[in-house]
Amino acid sequence: MAGYILRRVLSTLPVLAIVAVLVFLMLRLTPSDPAAIIAGDYANPQQIELIRERLGLNEPILKQFIIWIGGVLQGDFGESFFYKKQVAELIGERLEPTLSLSLLTILLVVMIAVPLGVIAAHNHGTWIDRLVMGFSVLGFSIPVFVVGYILIYVFAVTLDWLPVQGYQRIRDGVGGWLLRLILPSMTLSVVFIAFIARMTRTSVLEVLNEDYIRTARAKGQTEMKVLVRHALANAAVPILTIIGLTVAILIGGVVVTESVYTLPGLGLLTVDAVLARDYPTIQAVILLFSFAYVLINLLVDVAYTFLDPRIRY
Amino acid sequence: MATIDAAPPVSRRRSVWSTVLRNPSVLFGGSIALIMLIIAILAPFLGTRDPAEINPSARNQKPGYTATVRDDEGKRIQVKYHLGTDSLGRDIYSRVIYGARVSLIVGITVAVIAVFVGLIIGMIAGYVRWLDGIIMRFMDGLMAIPEILLAIALVSLSRAGLPAVVIAIVIPQVPRVVRLVRSVVLSIREEPYVESAITVGTPTPTLLFRHVLPNTTAPLIVQGTFICASAILVEAILSFLGIGIPPEVPTWGNIMAEGRTYFRILPHNILYPGIALALAVLAINMLGDGLRDTLDPRFAKRF
Repeated sequence: MAGYILRRVLSTLPVLAIVAVLVFLMLRLTPSDPAAIIAGDYANPQQIELIRERLGLNEPILKQFIIWIGGVLQGDFGESFFYKKQVAELIGERLEPTLSLSLLTILLVVMIAVPLGVIAAHNHGTWIDRLVMGFSVLGFSIPVFVVGYILIYVFAVTLDWLPVQGYQRIRDGVGGWLLRLILPSMTLSVVFIAFIARMTRTSVLEVLNEDYIRTARAKGQTEMKVLVRHALANAAVPILTIIGLTVAILIGGVVVTESVYTLPGLGLLTVDAVLARDYPTIQAVILLFSFAYVLINLLVDVAYTFLDPRIRY
Repeated sequence: MATIDAAPPVSRRRSVWSTVLRNPSVLFGGSIALIMLIIAILAPFLGTRDPAEINPSARNQKPGYTATVRDDEGKRIQVKYHLGTDSLGRDIYSRVIYGARVSLIVGITVAVIAVFVGLIIGMIAGYVRWLDGIIMRFMDGLMAIPEILLAIALVSLSRAGLPAVVIAIVIPQVPRVVRLVRSVVLSIREEPYVESAITVGTPTPTLLFRHVLPNTTAPLIVQGTFICASAILVEAILSFLGIGIPPEVPTWGNIMAEGRTYFRILPHNILYPGIALALAVLAINMLGDGLRDTLDPRFAKRF
């Protein structure tokens, strides 16, 4: 198994390298000159040339890439054009809201979607099943921001139960932090609950036809135990795969949700960076999100070997 | 004899389409999508006003507001704002109707370009062995960047506008089409009839167009439908974030972005374009689901 894990880890390296090259090239081949952006509207050509020299933009492209990737590996993403400080520092400040939102969402999704899927599978073909499936189709067609505004309108504007927007750092009080994250994480979780409930239902349904389920029932196991110990445990691998793959959608959703609720996280930073054409920040954020996505899927793959002893590579 | 020989292919072709059209998802999703398409085409004839027309005296009005304005000849006429107005006094109803045009243009254009480009690259990857590795590693890299994030990064590269937005949405979709086409090509290559075609000396272009291409049609129609729905959604997200199509163009995302400031008092500015958007995406996704189940049963289990 150690051999498999090692091989799997090594196999992600080329993907990460290609992502790095793509991100570098994408933003280096822009028609706009970064030096001119930094210099501002009133700079003369000499000043722009000076900045080009300082940024190393006059070097051959390969050398630029090596310098850039060398910096990235040491956690140095360069200086933000817009915020005029180190991108790494900027990302550090913005990490907490994004992580809080993502983790709370995943928690909410697993707590709601998995039981929902199991219930639908157990009541296969009845109105309960159709209700869950109907919600699921609806759930991934309503765009995240529309869900967000509907929830704000109902819970914050009309009922006045929760704050409309904003964020409170966790060190300033867990209560306020949680209160401000309830609506955002509910918003973001809708599409995933739809996805994962559907996937859980399908996987559990497939497993429910297996012989060992009949055996478990025949020996008088309670239905609850049959569903959780026997059915869900064996359906876990495809469910986990989907959770891993939907992290890409989660990241897209984070950008939108943070914008709706003005949470000062990495998503909002991305949008602000694009509006300001702040290329070092855009590069860093994309690289970071993509690496997170690849690494989470690596973890999921490695987790298989623990979840399902039948998987041997 | 001749009639008997000719009969089977015709009836079989007919039966495929009648199965497709009997599928409830295709029927339901397809009808809604068709109605939206008709609405988009007939936008000027549906009691709409110029979607860019600003009326400073009728700003931020609730649905059903009636105002007196002068028409082109200077006569006073009554105008009813069915869905209210935005903060510049533009008619939300007209903007939502015209917004359907932009969304559908983006959705269809992105689907066609992504499928076309993906088809070509996928056939090359599946057929030219030495290029396969290079192309697929490149596609893996592209797919490792989350779709919306890649689109956001790509729009930052050029001046905002419809072509830039279309390209930014196409690029993240291409690898998915390439993978699909490549897998079809690889499986077709091993089929006995393709091997015999190679044996009798069929030139490669003929082989690709006569034997490989027809096999990709069904999965590509399905994939194209899903890409169309996804493109409409991504375009709306980009516009909503303020980095997509310029704000004066009536798109559903732009209307919602504009409505954010006064959302607490005037929720309709976000609600109506939101409903239109959700309905469009739902309809096209349902159409895709139905097409997949009927046209392409091999892929029916892929979610």
